Amino acid sequence: MTSGWARLRRLAPAAAVLAAMAIVTASAEIPLNERRSGYADLGRETKAMQDDDTANPGMLAVLDGETLWSAKAGSAGRSCADCHGDARASMKGVSARYPAFDAASGRPVNIEQRINLCREERQQAKPLAYESRDMLALSAFVGLQSRGQPIAPPDDARLEPFRDAGRETYNRRQGQLNLACGHCHDDNRGQRLAGIVIPQAHPTGYPLYRLEWQSVGSLQRRLRNCLIGMRAEHYAYGAPEYVELETYLMWRARGMPMETPAVRP
Amino acid sequence: MKFMLTALLANVLVMTAAPAQEALQRYEVVGDAIPSSLTGVPGDAERGRAIVLKRENTCLLCHSGPFPDERFQGDLSPNLAGAGARWSEGQLRLRLVDASRLNPATIMPSYYRVDGLTRVGATWRGKPILTAEQIEDAVAYLTTLRQ
Ligand code: HEC
Ligand code: HEC
Repeated sequence: MTSGWARLRRLAPAAAVLAAMAIVTASAEIPLNERRSGYADLGRETKAMQDDDTANPGMLAVLDGETLWSAKAGSAGRSCADCHGDARASMKGVSARYPAFDAASGRPVNIEQRINLCREERQQAKPLAYESRDMLALSAFVGLQSRGQPIAPPDDARLEPFRDAGRETYNRRQGQLNLACGHCHDDNRGQRLAGIVIPQAHPTGYPLYRLEWQSVGSLQRRLRNCLIGMRAEHYAYGAPEYVELETYLMWRARGMPMETPAVRP
Repeated sequence: MKFMLTALLANVLVMTAAPAQEALQRYEVVGDAIPSSLTGVPGDAERGRAIVLKRENTCLLCHSGPFPDERFQGDLSPNLAGAGARWSEGQLRLRLVDASRLNPATIMPSYYRVDGLTRVGATWRGKPILTAEQIEDAVAYLTTLRQ
């Protein structure tokens, strides 16, 4: 089954970004008690797939991640486990509070960037590329340790300007179709876009297995898909704009339970 | 001469860096309508139907209509059935060309406009979503949707 977006997607080559007039449209934020995860709109079979670890294809990435967790890497010859021990204890709730502020760079970092900071600084290993098998595996394994935990963005004033920037990007019209994220995910949530129910864009399940992708993918891959659907210039993986959007989306979903690894159509 | 050559070269560079915008046909808005055809000739309703139904043209992302064979239609906006009875040809033309002139808050994209847009992907930059001919064909089709 393919999504509404997939039916009209045209790949855009990455190119220089020109930020022209920013027309910001304010959509009404969804009242906290009306929020629902994309899970709620899944068909019965897809729900069953997410609910059953033996049927959930995302669990394969988690298993790979578990192996990587205790594999020594880099010239330091250390594994994640050498520093963090049993992930079930040390990683519990961690993904639920990312992006978090990184004092060294003075910016928020998401969980993938946090994993790469450990690789570079503690393991002296090469950073893992976005959407690489190993990055998806490690972030899925770390994410699983937060499954069922409420999303809990840090109460950290240094994050605020970045969250606000994310909110602005979210509410800014962009692309040839001249739409903002909020036009679909706030104003028209639950309506049908080319037959597909528009979810509320909660980042509860990432990385997740998407039937359309036939693979696990990160939240940034999802955001890139929506930008291409809008016929907008997408950002490079790891770009500040994506991390700001993630910071806003996690705050918008605060208190909602994590589902990693979720399944979506 | 040398100066002209450099100026010319500079021009070529600019043009390859960012493809020149296709010049859009000028049009005149009268009230809430564009009374005259963008191409100077009437559109073709049969071609217009195919244009409205074609996925890449995005209409059915948001709209449904009298197309029983189309499985995937949107419901973010008015059903297109009866559009030709509710609006004149000129009114339909302005609604396709630039609906935001009538309602700045609308989510309906402007199908024949290239200015005032932000971060358009390279593939689509500088081009209207539909050509003047496609607009005219779509308008001709929409006027036939009388019930
Ligand atoms: C015109 C409608 C539209 C716009 C604009 C749009 N999206 Fe989406 N988005 C969708 C649809 C529909 C889906 C469901 C998946 C699919 O069918 O592709 C989706 C899925 C998502 C999801 C996944 C939710 C889940 O349950 O996993 C997130 C997150 C998201 N969008 C964020 C964004 C952000 C951020 C923007 C702006 C940069 C944006 N979207 C712009 C229509 C839109
Ligand atoms: C992203 C959403 C979206 C897309 C895509 C879209 N429209 Fe619309 N359209 C709307 C909305 C919303 C309205 C209601 C009026 C308004 O908001 O300006 C509308 C109004 C109309 C009307 C007037 C309907 C009436 O009877 O009142 C026509 C005709 C129309 N659209 C045709 C089209 C055609 C043809 C296309 C594609 C070439 C298209 N639209 C694409 C959202 C959309």
